[in-house]
Amino acid sequence: MSRSNRLLLLLFLPAGIVFAAFFLVPLGQLFVIGGTGKEGWSAYGAILTNRNYFNSLVSTTLLSASVTAATLAISGIAGVFLTRNRFWGRVALVAMLTFPLAFPGVVIGFMVIMLAGRQGVIGDISEWLTGERLVFAYSMMGLFVGYIYFSIPRTILTVMAAAEKLDPKVEEAARSLGAGPLRVVRDVIVPGLKPALLSAGAICFATAMGAFGTAFTLATRINVLPVTIYGVFTEEANIAAAAALSFVLGVLTWAVLALARTAAGSTVAAAG
Amino acid sequence: MRRRGPAFWCLLGFTLCVCAFLIVPVGMSMLAGVTVNYQSGIGSGMTLRWVAQVWDGYRDTIFRSVGIALACLACTLLLGVPAAYALARRQGALARTIEELLVMPVAIPGLATAMALIVTYNTLGEFRTSWTFILTGHVLFTLPFMVRSVLAVMGAIDLKTLEEGAASLGAGFFRRVFTVVLPNCRSGILAGSLMVVTLSMGEFNMTWLLHTPLTKTLPVGLADAYASLRLEVGSAYTLVFFVMIVPLLIGIQVLARPVELGTKATRR
Repeated sequence: MSRSNRLLLLLFLPAGIVFAAFFLVPLGQLFVIGGTGKEGWSAYGAILTNRNYFNSLVSTTLLSASVTAATLAISGIAGVFLTRNRFWGRVALVAMLTFPLAFPGVVIGFMVIMLAGRQGVIGDISEWLTGERLVFAYSMMGLFVGYIYFSIPRTILTVMAAAEKLDPKVEEAARSLGAGPLRVVRDVIVPGLKPALLSAGAICFATAMGAFGTAFTLATRINVLPVTIYGVFTEEANIAAAAALSFVLGVLTWAVLALARTAAGSTVAAAG
Repeated sequence: MRRRGPAFWCLLGFTLCVCAFLIVPVGMSMLAGVTVNYQSGIGSGMTLRWVAQVWDGYRDTIFRSVGIALACLACTLLLGVPAAYALARRQGALARTIEELLVMPVAIPGLATAMALIVTYNTLGEFRTSWTFILTGHVLFTLPFMVRSVLAVMGAIDLKTLEEGAASLGAGFFRRVFTVVLPNCRSGILAGSLMVVTLSMGEFNMTWLLHTPLTKTLPVGLADAYASLRLEVGSAYTLVFFVMIVPLLIGIQVLARPVELGTKATRR
């Protein structure tokens, strides 16, 4: 080993040791403990065989998929609009849209309560319009709204970065060949943004699968996977089952993100 | 500038609605924190009573969160900057794989990381119950942001040529690091630091499992307050939290702006 290589290794070593001791080893330990419960290694299959866990997996997956679809649509439209148009106040709009990027999940849960809780603004508006108070913060709908809330800022950043690189000439060419606006969106803009949408979508999906804080604030009764795991860990005190489930959840989200790779850079999952 | 058709106004309206969705609840919760009775509206008067109540009941969580965030910053600087330098200087598959590995604590849910830490270090009673247990989780979670942010700057400036230039003028390793490498990475280190402090202050998913009744942090206290206290107190607590992190968030945006301008300049 050359002198400079030894130096680089030495510089990396502290981070490497901390990472190994407090992440890689514990993760291995989590895997082992997951297999040492009453059911043994079959605990890893329980997410499919145990009715309760499986239902929770299905509802979390459906929730995450619909959140991803809605977020991509919203951020796609707003993101492309904001990169294509220059107008007074645009910078402020972009700043506001990306502002909640690092809000913790609990606070986002509270934001949903402010919107759709018993004293929320949506309730006020619906009461004024129809005479009936609309309260959905503590339901699946509340989770849906909360997850969209924390997904928009980082998705919009990715979409805007990709939209900057789209060549407007291609759209002009399509238009001059007689394509209508919808056709341009479908055949030019969406295909051009596809890599960014895929990677942002994967991040959005993975974050929603693992989000705990928002669900914890809003819906301790709703069966999403992280809340289920927390319940198994604290109420049933079944540490092996909780370890196996959280290991599976970790592998799941990591696999989805591995598909997204590095395209979206450092804006990877921060809240939830 | 071409004339704006109805499509422009429709899309602007849509974007404004999205903005309102994100910003209105923030404003409302800040307002609720200083309103006497939120149910009856601002008409009931403004008060700092709720903020005072939060200060009395949860002061310790505020100081603990700031302390952990600063300790976390120190750790990520000491571990992350040298690691980023090593990764930047070593090209190749191994360095990229290590980089991918380091990002894993961000990719997998905090719940799983916390569970792993607990099952491994549960027997070390003193470590388990001290605030350093929480710090460990925070360092794992924030380290990738420091490394990525410094690496990005090191990739953008031609570090190798700069260093070779300095070396050919006779500068030794430490001289190069402190007079060439670090000053040139200032912006990356600063951006990473802001991100680390912001994320550490707001971290909940791991902290909720890692904390003990004696080591509550601000977000843990928030969850407590949301669950058990009246809306005004929860709002006042959230207000305190916003006052602490909003300057950091603005700092992050200001630092990110030159990058955005840079891409715009190359577009046309």
